[in-house]
Amino acid sequence: MTLVIYIAVMAGMTYLIRMIPFAAFRRQIRSRFFRSFLYYVPYAVLTAMTVPAIFYSTGSVETAAVGTAVALVLAYFDMPLIVVALAASAAAFAAGFVFPFVH
Amino acid sequence: MKSPFTKGLLDGIPIALGYLSVSFGFGILAVRSGLTAFASVMISLTNLTSAGQAAGIAIIAAGGSYFEMALTQLVINLRYGLMSISLSQKLDDTFNTPRRLLIAYGITDEIFAVASAQKGLLTARYMYGLISVSTLGWCLGTFLGASAGQFLPASLTNAMGIVLYAMFIAIVIPPAKKSRGVLAVAVTAAVCSLIFRYLLPQVTGGFAIIFSAVIAAVMGALVFPESGEAGEELSE
Repeated sequence: MTLVIYIAVMAGMTYLIRMIPFAAFRRQIRSRFFRSFLYYVPYAVLTAMTVPAIFYSTGSVETAAVGTAVALVLAYFDMPLIVVALAASAAAFAAGFVFPFVH
Repeated sequence: MKSPFTKGLLDGIPIALGYLSVSFGFGILAVRSGLTAFASVMISLTNLTSAGQAAGIAIIAAGGSYFEMALTQLVINLRYGLMSISLSQKLDDTFNTPRRLLIAYGITDEIFAVASAQKGLLTARYMYGLISVSTLGWCLGTFLGASAGQFLPASLTNAMGIVLYAMFIAIVIPPAKKSRGVLAVAVTAAVCSLIFRYLLPQVTGGFAIIFSAVIAAVMGALVFPESGEAGEELSE
């Protein structure tokens, strides 16, 4: 039951954020500060979510660090999202076979 | 001549393929934090967003409050409000209020990017096609990821746990190369997040993300004000 409420809160809030401006908005936002703030929010959110959680995402800090390094390099060279995502995972997977021998 | 709905479906196929692998990673994370495959798919179907869902399952796993959940979703998904404002300027006459209410559900980073890139005004049917095939990919991937633990080796599902975060890196790094503001915001957010995690662990996950993001974005807006059109730079 608690889980249903959690999901309802999640879904309801996410929908309202999309729906209210979409249904109601007719004008551009003018405040330069507010527009800049909104412009930076996605990058701030995604970075705060990724660091340091990414290092705990594979069950091993070592394999996660290898995957992170691969993701950083490929992202730096503007590879598509899907390539970066899968290559990082493949690197973490491969590293999983190497590290047991290093320890 | 393709119907607008068919064109939307076709344009949505690359999105759906990308979503398959990312939501596969989400499914794995969701099951690892104690959810069933059914609950994972329900979250994907009702939310249709990667970052918000990843933060959401962390809050559920940690037993956070509903207030924390609502506020976290608000901050993480605030960008959709911006995209909605941008897309709302591009709708044709077929968009009456019920259709706006329906299509608002499907405004994601990728759907926004594809829809914004269309020449001329958007029709409701085109958006139905685009959103339906993307949603299918998102939910199918979640289901496969959530079920994968039962028939894939742990070494593989463990490695898939990084997929979502790697995608976040791929979204942040390219603009950070070009804009000192984005770079400064990202570094600030990372430093704040590390401080909360290791020095102030009493601040729980959702709030740590909110505080880190708001501090970093306010700093960016004050030190590096952006003059570009709101929304347009968010497309990947």
